[in-house]
Amino acid sequence: MDVIVGPLFTGLSTGSILLLAALGLSLTFGQMGVINMAHGEFIMAGTYTAYLTQQLVGDAGVSLLIALPFGFAVGGAMGLILEALLIRHLYHRPLDTLLATFGVGLILQQVARDIFGAPAVNVTVPEALRGGVDILGTTVPKTRLFIMALAVVAVVAVTLVLRFTPAGRRIRAVVGNRDLAETAGISSRRVDAGTFFIGSGLAGVAGVALTLIGSTSPTTGQSYLVDAFLVVVAGGLGRIKGAVVAAVALGALQAVFETYSTASLAKVGVFVVIVVFLQLRPQGLFTLRTRSLA
Amino acid sequence: MPHRFSPFKGRPARALAASAAALLAATVAAACGSRAGDESAAAAESCLDTSGDTVAVGALNSLSGTMAISETTVRDAIYLAVDEINADGGVLDKQIEIVAEDGASEPTVFAEKAEKLIREDCVAAVFGGWTSASRKAMLPVFEDNDSLLYYPVQYEGLEASENIFYTGATTNQQIIPALDYLAETGVESLYLVGSDYVFPRTANAIINAYAEANGIEILGEDYVPLGSTEFSTIVQQVDAADADAVFNTLNGDSNVAFFREYSNVGLTADQMPVMSVSIAEEEVGGIGVENIEGQLAAWNYYQTVESDANSAFVEAFKAEYGADRVTSDPMEAAYNSVHLWAATVEAAESFAVEDVQAAAGGVSFEGPEGTVVIDGENNHVSKTARIGEIADDGLLYTVWESEGPIEPDPFLEGYDWAADLTVTE
Repeated sequence: MDVIVGPLFTGLSTGSILLLAALGLSLTFGQMGVINMAHGEFIMAGTYTAYLTQQLVGDAGVSLLIALPFGFAVGGAMGLILEALLIRHLYHRPLDTLLATFGVGLILQQVARDIFGAPAVNVTVPEALRGGVDILGTTVPKTRLFIMALAVVAVVAVTLVLRFTPAGRRIRAVVGNRDLAETAGISSRRVDAGTFFIGSGLAGVAGVALTLIGSTSPTTGQSYLVDAFLVVVAGGLGRIKGAVVAAVALGALQAVFETYSTASLAKVGVFVVIVVFLQLRPQGLFTLRTRSLA
Repeated sequence: MPHRFSPFKGRPARALAASAAALLAATVAAACGSRAGDESAAAAESCLDTSGDTVAVGALNSLSGTMAISETTVRDAIYLAVDEINADGGVLDKQIEIVAEDGASEPTVFAEKAEKLIREDCVAAVFGGWTSASRKAMLPVFEDNDSLLYYPVQYEGLEASENIFYTGATTNQQIIPALDYLAETGVESLYLVGSDYVFPRTANAIINAYAEANGIEILGEDYVPLGSTEFSTIVQQVDAADADAVFNTLNGDSNVAFFREYSNVGLTADQMPVMSVSIAEEEVGGIGVENIEGQLAAWNYYQTVESDANSAFVEAFKAEYGADRVTSDPMEAAYNSVHLWAATVEAAESFAVEDVQAAAGGVSFEGPEGTVVIDGENNHVSKTARIGEIADDGLLYTVWESEGPIEPDPFLEGYDWAADLTVTE
């Protein structure tokens, strides 16, 4: 029955795209409180990484697999540089961070335009991911199944890193109580840099994956930035779990609205729901209880 | 121990989130564009100075922002035409100098820069603009200052300003021939997909009126926000509707996501052809030929049009900008617009706006698409309509063309079924 399966699947699929775009942000914004408006441009850098890899390697399937870790490295490196040169000096000034990173985003767009030209470039979808699979009467594109799988892998990986590695424990310690973590001998400066590296790297990975369904152009990142922020805010700052639930919920909401109206009306509907939701629950779906003092 | 900012204390986090949301909302609002240039100032005397060896013209295209992808190509064509005219001795023995400005994909910026070009740079005419929003923002500026704009893009019609020359197609030169072609090939039902702004909405109003008069069933009409890349639901609905064809008025990057989704769910040109009005040679590359091969487009010009003027145009363009570049309809219309302006100035033997307006009717140019002639009544040009099919080399090849140039009819006065369509503002 594709009246149900269609929107359901679309919700999951849209949600996983939102999640991929927002996962990195939920680390940098959610955990560190840095509003990085250049996050979209890190996604864009990932899409061009996929493009360049494909130009060099040739085979679309192999290059996609190579581009995923490579996109992480490129996004992460850009994040490290941005953190070291700019954000580090603005940690006490959140509004300045917002404006400065917004400017950095515009600069990165122009750089991409100068290097690759303004028109979108084509990243060929691997043969294995072309076409669709029939699931309960609805044709589901394989590219979307791939993105869903990748989103699951990314969330599991981030969760495992945060929970079971020393680096992850340090990140959680700094998020929980920065001063106390520092007195315990943790260099919060290095933890910040590390968190930013992972968050930005995830944006790069998202960029690589999004070339499968979207365009690769200097403005690609912009189309995901607003939605990514919405996911993190609605999910609750500092909670990966919140981002997951919020992304899937927003995706499903968009799909259901869209089925019964048009896409632009659906967007309005989703915004209204989020505004109302945040009125009732300003802290988002999940809150992080910390012992840090105001 | 320095106090560090931490977002997990309730209020600061919320304030931050709110300010982020506010900035984003402001960006979105600005991107949606507003009508600008509500100038109540008295019409200024033109400061155009024609005493020297040169004459200034403006090139106003988006070199940044979401429309830069398309508008930079138009700018290249404008420069090419100006270089040709200059090499040929200029206009009225004066060399043309271009003053370039960036419209930044913002209608308000277009209006501001147009004002600057007219008042400070004292240009004889301005070439450029792409979106209807940018044109509508510039219109009052050109009317109030009594200056000239040459607008090179196909648009939704229902407009005719004395201060604007429209060298792209109006609806009866593009959309209606496309519908005629579909009807001829046996299409009895259509699904409409478009971006949510003035052009697709007006185009679809015309298509609905046409369909009603010609017994074509409209099975669905969907709009996505400009720049949207989420097409899962829409493509599912298109697939389920099983129309004979899709009429696509999407603009920009949305086309990439749409066609990728379309081909990924297994829809092909054989099953359900898509007729597009905003996809030219430049866009095919970004979409990926494998996703769009065999689909149709309606324009007045393709790089593959066979004519001496086109061979010369394509050759000159590739020599100037690189062999990998392609030429497209808006570029050709922009190229024509510069030549038409020069020819009109020569005919008028004057750069003055009122002289150019008076001499414009009947001025013609042997363009790459064929002969184009300015219609003195409505400032549009006659154009040959062409339906093209996208081939595996990424170029479009003509599968149908009108018998000679079609006279422009921006208000569709020659079509009974269009009587109820109103001018949209």
